[in-house]
Amino acid sequence: MAHAAPAAQGWNDCRNAWVATLEALAEKDPRIVAVVNDSVGSSKLNSFQKKFPDRLINVGIAEQVMVGVGAGLANGGRVPFVSAASCFITGRALEQVKADIAYANFNVKLVGQSSGIAYGELGATHHSIEDFAWLRPLANLVVIAPADAWETAEAVKWAAGYEGPVYLRLSRMPVPDLQVADRVFRMGRAEVVCQGDDLTIIASGTTVHLAVQAAEALALEGIAARVLNMATLNPLDEEALHQAAETGAIVTVEEASIRGGLGGAVAEFTAANRPVPVERVGFPGFMPTGSVEFLFKEFGLSSEGIAAAAKRALARKRA
Amino acid sequence: MRRTAFEMVHRAQLGHPGGDFSAIDAMATLYFGVMNYDVRRPNWEDRDRFIMSKGHATGALYTALCGAGYFPEDWLQTYMQPHSKLNGHPNRNYLPGVETNTGPLGHGFPVAVGIAIAGQLRGASYRTFVLTGDGEQQEGSNWEAAMVAGHRKLANLTLIIDRNRLQQGAGTEETSGLDPLDQKYAAFGWDVEMIDGHDHAALLATLGRAPGNKPRCVIANTVKGKGVSFMENQASWHHGVPNDAQFAQAMKELV
Repeated sequence: MAHAAPAAQGWNDCRNAWVATLEALAEKDPRIVAVVNDSVGSSKLNSFQKKFPDRLINVGIAEQVMVGVGAGLANGGRVPFVSAASCFITGRALEQVKADIAYANFNVKLVGQSSGIAYGELGATHHSIEDFAWLRPLANLVVIAPADAWETAEAVKWAAGYEGPVYLRLSRMPVPDLQVADRVFRMGRAEVVCQGDDLTIIASGTTVHLAVQAAEALALEGIAARVLNMATLNPLDEEALHQAAETGAIVTVEEASIRGGLGGAVAEFTAANRPVPVERVGFPGFMPTGSVEFLFKEFGLSSEGIAAAAKRALARKRA
Repeated sequence: MRRTAFEMVHRAQLGHPGGDFSAIDAMATLYFGVMNYDVRRPNWEDRDRFIMSKGHATGALYTALCGAGYFPEDWLQTYMQPHSKLNGHPNRNYLPGVETNTGPLGHGFPVAVGIAIAGQLRGASYRTFVLTGDGEQQEGSNWEAAMVAGHRKLANLTLIIDRNRLQQGAGTEETSGLDPLDQKYAAFGWDVEMIDGHDHAALLATLGRAPGNKPRCVIANTVKGKGVSFMENQASWHHGVPNDAQFAQAMKELV
């Protein structure tokens, strides 16, 4: 099993927020159950299982029935959180996600754990960089990738209270808390993390804090970059995208494939509505062997890489 | 019911009449002899559930749901027309009485397992019935579902396998053989019964019997296209549709 570097002071493994929130919700709402594919440990559900042994349904290593069972539990009046490594819950069970959850429009919460390249050296089979592109066209399915522990907890609470299908894309990689005053989680609305009008950096999930670092570095060079935390990928915050396009240059950053995910969505939107230069930071395809740290640096998911993409976008804006 | 289903297929010139006719006796037994439901409360939490896992058999499913009173008879006229609630495969968001959306094979059975687990968790009395085709059993997801149901002793779950021995292009045994299906389900922890799937007395006795302590698998030996001489045991009637002469002939035979 691959592990990211140990958490630095003040950095969090957001799975702790996920499971603490789920347990607190389950105490109050007996309809909440968890469904897993032998993924109790990797979903951090051990203490949930101890507290609610009957409400942790482990179907074994069988993702198709796992997702189908989620739909059936919703039919039977339960509120299932179906939790598994995101590469498997999406890729292995994609037709179940499409037909049984999104198309049937069941009140099921799909939780993709260890998303992106969290499994580092284990390679492309265990990376989940395609999930955004696979799930984004599915009508009815809300797709949320929280950026830190606070947002993870808020997204889990929101999902539990929402009647309909949701995909929560979580990570095991430690991230710092974003510094935003008076935060309120609003599904479908981008969060302005840094103000600026020279260009807009639109980031999601584990990359938002890197975008903030890049904006701080750019500020030292007199470049005012707006940073948006685009936690919700479906539905997209089109108003925020209109405003981003008004800054004349956009960088997208995601721990995902640059094809079809956040970058794809933003490029689609701007091309159709207000063409502006868009630089996409993310992964181009199957990744070479390497640690999470190596892969992030190698493919520009770093303060330096994002700042460089910002300068490319600005150069295109001025051209 | 066969007449109604065939009228729909003839009108639409679309459908899967062969599989409608093999499954329809089991469905008639469930909806009009076994299941406990209330069409005025389609979401009543303690209703018995039926899931048509072979979602293409909408001729049979819609005929049963309409006969039960879930929607008015004139809706049948719209089968597969633009914006019809009667899509080629069933959609729960269009029609009351449809428990889940099916169509791709191997989906209904896992969902039925989830419904049965929900009932078991709540100590509810409702039963869950799911009907799959026999060719459909070639989908691996069914065996994931069979394993989970056997492991959890979901006695409130009944699987009916419409064993007409034909899939869309050929026989099941020449395509990817299923036999011995009974031994396979027994090995997965199920009670297994093999019956004549067109014998209403046998269907009623088996499907109506109270649950035991394991999930129940009913292998219903059936005839694809049952009831119409030129359709019986012809794989071409999987999604074949009748011309006017064939329709008239069939209506003469289906009395």
